[in-house]
Amino acid sequence: MDVKVKILRYNPEVVDEAEWKTYSVTLQPTDRVLDALHKVKWEQDGTLTFRRSCAHGVCGSDAMRINGRNRLACKTLIKDLNPEKEITVEPIKGLPVLKDLVVDMEPFFDAYRSVMPFLVTSGHEPTRERIQSQADRDRFDDTTKCILCAACTTSCPVFWSDGQYFGPQAIVGAHRFIFDSRDEGTEQRLEILNDKEGVWRCRTTFNCTDACPRGIEVTKAIQEVKRALIFRRV
Amino acid sequence: MQQHQYDVIIVGAGGAGMRAALESSKRTRTAVLTKLYPTRSHTGAAQGGMCAALANVEEDNWEWHTFDTVKGGDFLVDQDAAEVMCREAVDAVLDLEKMGLPFNRTAEGKIDQRFFGGHTRNHGEAVVRRSCFAADRTGHMILQTLYQQCIKQNVEFFNEYYVLDLLMTDGKASGVVAYELATGELHVFSAKSVIFASGGFGKVFRTTSNAHTLTGDGMGIVWRKGLPLEDMEFFQFHPTGLAGLGVLLSEAARGEGGILRNKDNERFMERYAPTVKDLAPRDMVARAMANEVREGRGCGPDGAYVMLDLTHLEPAHIDAKLPDITEFARTYLGVEPYTEQIPVFPTAHYAMGGIPTNIKGEALANNEDVIPGLYAAGEVACVSVHGANRLGTNSLLDINVFGRRAGIAAAEYAATASFEELPANPEAYVVELVEGLRNSTGQERIAAIRADLQATMDLNAQVYRTEGSLKQALVDIAALKERFKNVAVQDKGKRFNTDLLEAVELGFLLDLAEVLVVSALERKESRGGHFREDYDKRDDVNFMRHTMAYREVDADGNETIRLDYKPVVQTRYKPMERKY
Repeated sequence: MDVKVKILRYNPEVVDEAEWKTYSVTLQPTDRVLDALHKVKWEQDGTLTFRRSCAHGVCGSDAMRINGRNRLACKTLIKDLNPEKEITVEPIKGLPVLKDLVVDMEPFFDAYRSVMPFLVTSGHEPTRERIQSQADRDRFDDTTKCILCAACTTSCPVFWSDGQYFGPQAIVGAHRFIFDSRDEGTEQRLEILNDKEGVWRCRTTFNCTDACPRGIEVTKAIQEVKRALIFRRV
Repeated sequence: MQQHQYDVIIVGAGGAGMRAALESSKRTRTAVLTKLYPTRSHTGAAQGGMCAALANVEEDNWEWHTFDTVKGGDFLVDQDAAEVMCREAVDAVLDLEKMGLPFNRTAEGKIDQRFFGGHTRNHGEAVVRRSCFAADRTGHMILQTLYQQCIKQNVEFFNEYYVLDLLMTDGKASGVVAYELATGELHVFSAKSVIFASGGFGKVFRTTSNAHTLTGDGMGIVWRKGLPLEDMEFFQFHPTGLAGLGVLLSEAARGEGGILRNKDNERFMERYAPTVKDLAPRDMVARAMANEVREGRGCGPDGAYVMLDLTHLEPAHIDAKLPDITEFARTYLGVEPYTEQIPVFPTAHYAMGGIPTNIKGEALANNEDVIPGLYAAGEVACVSVHGANRLGTNSLLDINVFGRRAGIAAAEYAATASFEELPANPEAYVVELVEGLRNSTGQERIAAIRADLQATMDLNAQVYRTEGSLKQALVDIAALKERFKNVAVQDKGKRFNTDLLEAVELGFLLDLAEVLVVSALERKESRGGHFREDYDKRDDVNFMRHTMAYREVDADGNETIRLDYKPVVQTRYKPMERKY
């Protein structure tokens, strides 16, 4: 089938303003949006620039705004997009655009790195593994699925208007450790998230949950962190 | 051009690179250069688990694991290396748990373990639960956990820096040259030690589980330096790729009870491997599947694939143990694994060969001599712990054990070595490479050459090979190399020029495809992942040896590939017929 793909192009080496360009590509209904982008790049215009790697939704490289919604290009099938109409593709919002669909990921990773996203323990290490029940392991399972694609953070209206806000992903990253029974860094992590740019900025619009390509209940995780802050226990 | 100096440079930030970085950076000044962001690395796509004889759920020991690794590799494994890997496996898993990796747990709260292909108790008696796992996203958890530890330890990363050349001074590694994707600027890194941990080259094939970015850059760089590549003919085809797409469905699906069926709904693996059936090693299962299709028992309108059947498993069990791969089936094929069988066919998955190293991770210049300051670990390397066929889960183990070892060895070497003087104009080769491509006036599309390469490799150098098919592949590759001289790079800019980098990557793929095919042509036997229809038996008399390929350039600039051979290290196990 012939599909029209409208892409927001921007290369500061060449133009001052981003502009929409429309491309016609022949695709199968089961092709992914990433296939459409590749067809443009490989057959029509080699200057089209985007990040991608695994192409099946686990590496988190190709989050973009497709028909106005944050998704992974490699996990979005053409047939699910009403391809009779033009498909629009633009970079995720709230991070500086560097070229075409490539944004500056550093502010996003900075937020993640600031919440101590690593296991904190004290005392002697056990000889064998730390014991953890499967129920305790299941407690934080949802947030371990995060692939750091930024689809959630860049779908958040609070983040769009206030780039200082940690954003949903950083809270998900903290949640994964706060609710891990082996971890002893909860107090410090909660203090970081208690900051004025922390969890309290969340307005529960659920954009993040809708955007997550891994199906993580992001808003729920944020609510759990808020509750942990109020009651000071997990 | 910018200049930097670090004691240790690590190229690649997947599992092996970050595991090495955790060791090296606590001992000495270390930088990790990666062409992606660390969490994008393909370690994250690994699914089923990491084997170690923890014996948490049943009797097991590392010697059985060693035996399975050697037999699984069709006795081309260097047995001293396999012993090291399987012995250190237990601590490698426990280290990851202590770093925070969220393994699935047993009823007692220990790390849970499950069945995996080729892993058996007591030298093949029956299958054994040895794979430590986190649902079907073990690789994702390893990648995340290692990255988290790197954050904790303040490891220095240079993200989206493409290393394009290795610098050598008097036969020693002295640094690398990298291309910064964001700016197009070149960076010369002077270093005492360089570790390549840059992964495989699955993109020489069309049907592959590999990421777009797995273009063999590390192997290609070393190759162009005239350093050897070992056992490049051995490429693993994973049995269960989503048909037509190649997206990986973990062997854990069969470890959890999944069954392969042909169009008659027959569990055909019973005929090929009566004892372990669907859990035979990957090379055997992949060949069995291809054979079913060739003999007309394939499924689908063209009879082009077989079916993976999970429908007899409880949906709750599938959700708990195999959530991601069942989602892949739903997303990409529209198949509901609770009630429908999933179309699958072998997909190019893993390079057993690569940069030859010893068990410390030191790279070799020939059969004996190490290259001072040069190291390799993970899929880019060939220790060889995988021999002619890697067992499932042993790659996640390999990156942890040998990533750690290479990190320690590189840091220890740097502690006593001094910086070598860099060659004059160290960036010259990369300038020529990059500017030559950028300024090319050719008309050949990168994607067209790459697609033709992948087509000939799938047709002629895949599960089944013959002298005729391999010769055809060589003719095709030679023609593609000619076309590559006229390749067109449309993006002439400096900023995020991925068009340019795709051309560079294609150059590496063409080189490595040729090495693979030349090595395969001369191995006139069938062993592990390398199956020759014209020589369908293993030949221990003539071919119980590793292939060592070298690039040679004569006075007129003509390139040839010279093959040499290296003996296999045998310790405990004598070669035997491989039955399961």
